Amino acid sequence: MIQTIAFYLFAVLMIASAVMVVTARNPVHSVLWLILAFFNAAGLMVLVGAEFIAMLLVIVYVGAVAVLFLFVVMMLDIDFAELRAGFIRNAPLGLVIALILLAELVLGIGAYRAGTIDLGIATGENAVVLGASNTASIGAVLYSDYLFLFEAAGLILLVAMVGAIVLTHRPPKTVRGHQNIGKQVRRDPNAATVMKRPTVGEGVEL
Amino acid sequence: MDYAASFYFTGAEIALSLAGLVLLLVVAWTGERTARAVTIAAVAALFGAAFWAGHLLLDQSFALGADAFGGLYRMDGFANFAKLLIYLATIAVLIVTPRFFDARGQYRGEYPILMLFNAVGMSMMVSAVDLMTLYIGLELSSLSSYVLASFLRNDMRSSEAGLKYFILGALASGIILYGMSLVYGFAGSTQYERIRLVFAEDFPTGALFGVVFVLAGLAFKIAAVPFHMWTPDVYEGAPTPVTAFFASAPKVAAVAMLMRMALDPFGSQSDAWQQIVIFAALASIVVGALGAIGQNNLKRVLAYSSINNVGFILIGLATATPAGASATLVYLAIYVPMTIGSFTALLMLRAPTGEPLETFDDIRGLSTRRPVLALCVLVLMFSLAGIPPLFGFWGKFVVFQAAVQADLVALAAIGIAASVIGAFYYLKFIKVMFFDEPEGQLETSSPVSHWAVLVISAVLMSPLGYLLTPMLGDVADQAAGSLFFAI
Repeated sequence: MIQTIAFYLFAVLMIASAVMVVTARNPVHSVLWLILAFFNAAGLMVLVGAEFIAMLLVIVYVGAVAVLFLFVVMMLDIDFAELRAGFIRNAPLGLVIALILLAELVLGIGAYRAGTIDLGIATGENAVVLGASNTASIGAVLYSDYLFLFEAAGLILLVAMVGAIVLTHRPPKTVRGHQNIGKQVRRDPNAATVMKRPTVGEGVEL
Repeated sequence: MDYAASFYFTGAEIALSLAGLVLLLVVAWTGERTARAVTIAAVAALFGAAFWAGHLLLDQSFALGADAFGGLYRMDGFANFAKLLIYLATIAVLIVTPRFFDARGQYRGEYPILMLFNAVGMSMMVSAVDLMTLYIGLELSSLSSYVLASFLRNDMRSSEAGLKYFILGALASGIILYGMSLVYGFAGSTQYERIRLVFAEDFPTGALFGVVFVLAGLAFKIAAVPFHMWTPDVYEGAPTPVTAFFASAPKVAAVAMLMRMALDPFGSQSDAWQQIVIFAALASIVVGALGAIGQNNLKRVLAYSSINNVGFILIGLATATPAGASATLVYLAIYVPMTIGSFTALLMLRAPTGEPLETFDDIRGLSTRRPVLALCVLVLMFSLAGIPPLFGFWGKFVVFQAAVQADLVALAAIGIAASVIGAFYYLKFIKVMFFDEPEGQLETSSPVSHWAVLVISAVLMSPLGYLLTPMLGDVADQAAGSLFFAI
């Protein structure tokens, strides 16, 4: 019972926020609605017992991708009102895509009604342990059997980071407003200035 | 899983990774001041790794090889032979690098560190006996290579080379990954051993597609025709020491990876890939020989020369016999000093102002102005052309011998014909250096480090190199044998 209520709650909220993503006039609001949609999708994943995917959705999509979107939207100076101007012109194309998606949905539901695809129970030595949560199963092999690859993947990320910094970071050349007081105090006026008495018609040799 | 043994076998990789991490911290705190010291430390780490690989190679108790990390990684004679070449090539490149970047004031400590991580990736590639290990090693090596190619970030050609290499390399990685997904789907495992067992019984058409995609992606990585288009541009644009690196160590790693891939998991289906390799070998030899003729930039000429050499290397693989694999390893061992020597000579050609010179016009009459340098280039070029008294001939000889023994006479005949065409541009070097009138200005002296690398490679390529043939042949036979022992 509780699962059914939770399912409808997540599903309705997710669809509603998805609708808001495309209808909100302010792009920042769109991205925020998108984050809500991701959260609800994560909730649905929990309901079907895929808690690891739910965590990934929250960490990767909400934590990284959506925040990145937000940065891009806030940093780019795009006139979004102008982008929407072509709405009527592009409406037929949008309708066609919507119809295709609708057809897919109808087919999908029809297939589901006729009986879901039989995935069977995994067998063989690589099959998951029945009863163990999938996070624990992934963790158990990730840090033991695949330790070598896991660490090497960490090295790849490190190299990507070092590479990005090497190619883009430029050390500041001139530091503005920087005052070296010690140097100023140590300055010897006699060494810094020279008295010259130039005669008329001749240059000065320094 | 026996972790102690696994860590023992992967000692070289672990040591190089740790050295890279520690040096990264050193660079982060001290900046560009310590770039040279970090380079020396990286060279020392690579020497240690080379020593480790050599120790495992010569230890007879590991003659048949051993698996580490539950069949993800394999330590055998083949992997250690390739690693030894990779580490020594990386050392040679690191030795001649700093001066090139110093002339522009752009040398930074990250360069040797990226080289170290690249070496780790390459060692993983040659030791991989699982598709996942292979891919992670490949990406580790490729990613650092993209950055190295555009290391001169203020130079437009260098940035262009990096971008081109990155986009095409990412495409090739995607192709390899798609092929791997097909292979995994049809074999039900990513382990080479299991794939071989499954494919020996049943080899569906879908799996064939997988094999073809994987080979196409790997052909890109070794710059074999028809996936060679990026090579001249990237080799010309990248900083010259980086080009020397691309032409040597990563090529050894990619060829070794391709050999293990073709002979181990797909070994039972050699009919499926043999035609592809034969085509790629012939096309590389012909395109490499013809493409270089109209070029004036020496880096582009050497890029085509490397395409040409990949063709000869692939002839050895096309035979799919232990003799062919051994010949390929011998060829690689000869090719690496030959190509590094050529690029070192190129690095020593500078205008008195420190500008690098890299066209045929710049080496006119080199023999009158820098006779020893010209003599070394002469040895290297005659060796690349495969002219008998020099050691380069031996590499071509063993490869063709293996091809004839495997009844691939036509392949050998076309290869020999094309190598005669290729001799044209190697001889053009000699003609321009010794018989043309000098023009322009040249720097008159070079540092000892460059001379050391150049003279060592020139001596190895001289007839004195033949003293090494018995030892080289034995080690290569043993290494190739360990590749076939698994089958």
